[in-house]
Amino acid sequence: MNRLLLNKIILLLSTLSAVIGIGFLFWILATLSYKGITSIHWTTFTKDLVEGGIRNLLVGQFTMALMATVVAVPVGMMAGIYLREYGHGSKLASIIRNLSDVMMSAPSIVIGVFVFALLVDPFNGYNGWAGVVALAIMMIPIIISTTDNMLALVPTELREAGMALGGSKHKIILQIVVRAAKVGITTGVLLSFARIIGETAPLLFTSANNQFFTMDLTEQFPSLTVSIYNLATYPDEASRELAWAASFILTAIVLCINLVGRFVIRNKK
Amino acid sequence: MAKNNLVMELKDFSFTYAGAEKASLKKINLPIEENKITAMIGPSGCGKSTLLRAMNRIHDLYPGNTYEGKINLYRADGSKQNILELKKENDFIKLRQEVGMIFQKPTPFPMSIFDNVAYGLRLSGIKNKTELQDRVEKALKGAAIWDETKDRLNESALGMSGGQQQRLCIARAVALKPRVLLFDEPTSALDPISTGAIEELIAEIKSEVSVVIVTHNMQQASRLSDYTAFMYLGDLAEFDKTDTIFLNPKEKLTEDYITGRFG
Repeated sequence: MNRLLLNKIILLLSTLSAVIGIGFLFWILATLSYKGITSIHWTTFTKDLVEGGIRNLLVGQFTMALMATVVAVPVGMMAGIYLREYGHGSKLASIIRNLSDVMMSAPSIVIGVFVFALLVDPFNGYNGWAGVVALAIMMIPIIISTTDNMLALVPTELREAGMALGGSKHKIILQIVVRAAKVGITTGVLLSFARIIGETAPLLFTSANNQFFTMDLTEQFPSLTVSIYNLATYPDEASRELAWAASFILTAIVLCINLVGRFVIRNKK
Repeated sequence: MAKNNLVMELKDFSFTYAGAEKASLKKINLPIEENKITAMIGPSGCGKSTLLRAMNRIHDLYPGNTYEGKINLYRADGSKQNILELKKENDFIKLRQEVGMIFQKPTPFPMSIFDNVAYGLRLSGIKNKTELQDRVEKALKGAAIWDETKDRLNESALGMSGGQQQRLCIARAVALKPRVLLFDEPTSALDPISTGAIEELIAEIKSEVSVVIVTHNMQQASRLSDYTAFMYLGDLAEFDKTDTIFLNPKEKLTEDYITGRFG
């Protein structure tokens, strides 16, 4: 066949595929924006779910995600540092790295079930801590992998230069190597936060949901994503409108965090 | 050759990398004279960097290497120590404060210019602010980079040019007042003007510190050094005063390398 013709056909097909893919994305975003924005009122942000707003849901979702971050960042970073700086080349490190990669693709509902058995069932009821733990478990492997990869990008000479000035290994790692990888690790943390803030499955039967405002993590805890799931199944128009509004706000939040993450990378490199 | 003013001395030194069957360095005997510049030249893979990296035991970042023979370090107070006997991390830290190292690529730390120079000083236990400021200023002046940096000490060192970064690294090492500074091809990543500045600097600091420099550039070795060691395939093929090596080498191999017949 004529090579020029073949080239044109391939070009056409790949352009078409791209247009279809992006088309669906914009369709989703357009519907979401239209239905979402028209459903948002001032009271959406000032009232709790019980009165038809999402104030408690936003606070609850962020509280759980932030608490999970507080747990997952140190654990994940230290594990990543172990993998790259201490266990490099050892068998244990390669086993942990593989397990962590498997964990990263573990279905989130499975993590929810695990935490249910661990922290909900024995304590007779849904509670916010269980949600926090489930989200942290989702987050840890992402942070391990980011830390591991970002530390790998730090040139060996930098470690050697630190040692050559009379530094001990742990000081060089904490004061120089991690610092050199700071931007990459921060971005990884931001992106993993964006990932867990939109999670529903790990929260469905761990923290469940709460219509009222609470900051007590031993109770059932308000969640934006679980509420969207619930509200969308209710028959009344008001509930479904609120679900649209909540979906739009959640998407906007995730988008913002992602944009900030990209912005950080671009400005620091 | 005078034997009484040595700062380091390698005796029958052999080195084998972890997992390797053959030794990378075989029975090297090499004296390093105090306040002189000793250059190590030789074709790629001859072991000159390996030798240099043994002299502050930076090899020990990676476990499993084998050392044989002796590397003696002579201190100002007349005492001597075989650095191959060191085992504890604290001893390594002390050794590296006495035997500093400059790398091929500049290695500024991701912190301010001031903190880069102060880093090693802080590690060595200096906490007093005025003393730190004094020593940093002195080191930057000593590395001929004070005028360019005095107004931007709090800016990140990563914003400097490659040549400036390399001089900063030298300042950082000089600040610790080491006995010996090891240079591992310090100019091969730099432009000619920066190279000139670094060479000038090395020639200046030799009044305070003994220098060992590995270089690919034979002109550099002949311009800069007092002694030259020519290495070939893990052996020290010839060692003598630089003039002798370049004008009147004893070995045919040395002559062939210097005249560019191989390498």
